[in-house]
Amino acid sequence: MALRFSKLAFSVLAILFLVAPLIAILPLAFTSSVILTYPIPSWSMRWFTELFTADAWRRAIVNSLIIGTGTTLLATVLGTAASLGLRNRLVFFRGTFRTLFLLPMVVPAVVLGVGMQVLLARFGLTNSYAGVIIAHTVVAVPFVVVSVTGALAGIDERVELAAESLGAPPATVFRRVTLPLALPGVLSGAVLAFATSLDEVVLTLFVAGPNQRTLARQMFSSIRENISPAIAAAAFLFIAATIAIGLIVVLSRSVLAKRRAPVH
Amino acid sequence: MSARASRTGRSLFLLAPLLLFLAGFFVWPLFSMMSQAVSDTAVLRLLPQSAEVLAGWDRKSPPTPEMQTALIADLKAVEDTQALGDMVRRLNSARSGFRTLMSKTTSALSDEADPPADLVSIDKRWERPEFWLAIADALSPLTDRNLLAAVDLGRNADGEIEHLPADQSVNRVILVRTFWISALVTFACIAIGYPYAIIAASLSGWKRDVMLAAVLLPLWTSLLVRTAAWFILLQEQGLINDVLQMLGLTSGPVQLIFNRTGVVIAMTHVLLPFMVLPIYSVLITIPKNLMPAAASLGAHPLRAFLRVLLPLSLRGVAAGSLLVFISAIGYYITPALIGGPGDQMISSIIAFYAIGSANWGMAGALGVVLLAATLVLYSVYARLSADEPGRR
Repeated sequence: MALRFSKLAFSVLAILFLVAPLIAILPLAFTSSVILTYPIPSWSMRWFTELFTADAWRRAIVNSLIIGTGTTLLATVLGTAASLGLRNRLVFFRGTFRTLFLLPMVVPAVVLGVGMQVLLARFGLTNSYAGVIIAHTVVAVPFVVVSVTGALAGIDERVELAAESLGAPPATVFRRVTLPLALPGVLSGAVLAFATSLDEVVLTLFVAGPNQRTLARQMFSSIRENISPAIAAAAFLFIAATIAIGLIVVLSRSVLAKRRAPVH
Repeated sequence: MSARASRTGRSLFLLAPLLLFLAGFFVWPLFSMMSQAVSDTAVLRLLPQSAEVLAGWDRKSPPTPEMQTALIADLKAVEDTQALGDMVRRLNSARSGFRTLMSKTTSALSDEADPPADLVSIDKRWERPEFWLAIADALSPLTDRNLLAAVDLGRNADGEIEHLPADQSVNRVILVRTFWISALVTFACIAIGYPYAIIAASLSGWKRDVMLAAVLLPLWTSLLVRTAAWFILLQEQGLINDVLQMLGLTSGPVQLIFNRTGVVIAMTHVLLPFMVLPIYSVLITIPKNLMPAAASLGAHPLRAFLRVLLPLSLRGVAAGSLLVFISAIGYYITPALIGGPGDQMISSIIAFYAIGSANWGMAGALGVVLLAATLVLYSVYARLSADEPGRR
């Protein structure tokens, strides 16, 4: 009995530790005060107004969208193509390639940032959107590779062989069979790539100029220099976006699954 | 061409773009960071003529007139004052006294009305071979100074490796601190994550779903949002202090932010999912009837745990610990925002050298140390997770 009770108490406390901080920050986005403390004197939308009208925040949101979109496109195309290439067991160094593709997840961001800054300066790409998109793509591509490789592994190769034997050229097999089956993996890879770009601070710190300040970068310096409830409002947007994107992924997966379900 | 060869060709064609991209923007940056750590061209860049003449010097005899003429020509040709400052700083660190000697020399050389005949007439110190030796040594484009300095070592006048004086030995303190904070976070993650995973694996249905969702939700939330949340919770008028005072545990606010406590709490929260998930994935493969079997044979629950569950789940604990530790040693954002000056880890120091003081050599050298530690630990982790039985 005592064991069961302590198990329950431990679980509740641990869940509280994991989830409570994320919930505690949400109401503060709607405070009317200029300081980030409870109790909240009265409710107001002033910090969301601030977020969308103050020049620094508005530009940061736009920059995040530009850089996030560029990163998603580049990482998804490169990662999906490479995952398709990795399917072939005849390719030499397949394991080495796979490790190389996943390594950007492991290397500390600061180390990569130092090297990236040195290299991009040599190409004249510092303080440019292209430079930031390239840097974000390097760390986003492993997520695409993991997710697409997983989806491809679940495809029954006999389906593709069947299409081939019925006379479909490789391009058609890919377009009509492989790609539709792998689409959920490609989509979640793209979402993860966008999320990675949205949340990336360290590389941005090294390669972005003042004109490429992203939302995450702006949050970082705002926590550091002058913290205001605009942070809580930005965090609210982040969490809302996370939930929205998660729902989109779940819904699109179930729609895709339904479309593919055998007709009785 | 056979079908097989054409398929392989197609696969390589698909792999090539990402391979080229990562070679150019991932491998190359890491190499240029490493080469920054060992490159040392501050002196060579400015003294090309002296480099040629000094190559033929026996390193012992007093300076020849040719050496002096070459150095005068090189110094007269310098226009970039910042590069000159870099060179003087570099030479002064090898031999103190160079700063005054060089400023005296350059101002004498710029005197158009009364040009000096040679360097010795400007300052007697130019007769001594030690100063020329310092220049000759600094002309080499490669150096191990930064790498040695990254672990608080240096070379003395005879070229032997020795410990730097205590007032210059800051990096070892930071390395030890980085490993210590990472170890504390790893222990905290084991202490919370291991029982959590055991409980989650023993449950079923919605209870298990709730426990897993509680781990996945923070994992999906932005790192910056989580750090901001802890910043708000831990501050002096934050919720945690409010609750502590309401419960009467403390009379005044407790300092929880800008110190070690805050950093460990926030990093444990951020990294806990990386501990729970590997342990959980090992635990669910263990047959559920083993613990009841041990109990039915008369084993005390603690003994059953120590002899059955612990050995079987140890691989998951090891994998989770390595994952947490590897992530922790490279952390930058959380210590930078939640920690005080005494909690900055190696990443912050690298960022300081790179962004704050543009000292690429030191940033690169410390980066090499961090990269090496990470890759060694990661290879252990990769071996550990590749050895999973039943996955071959």
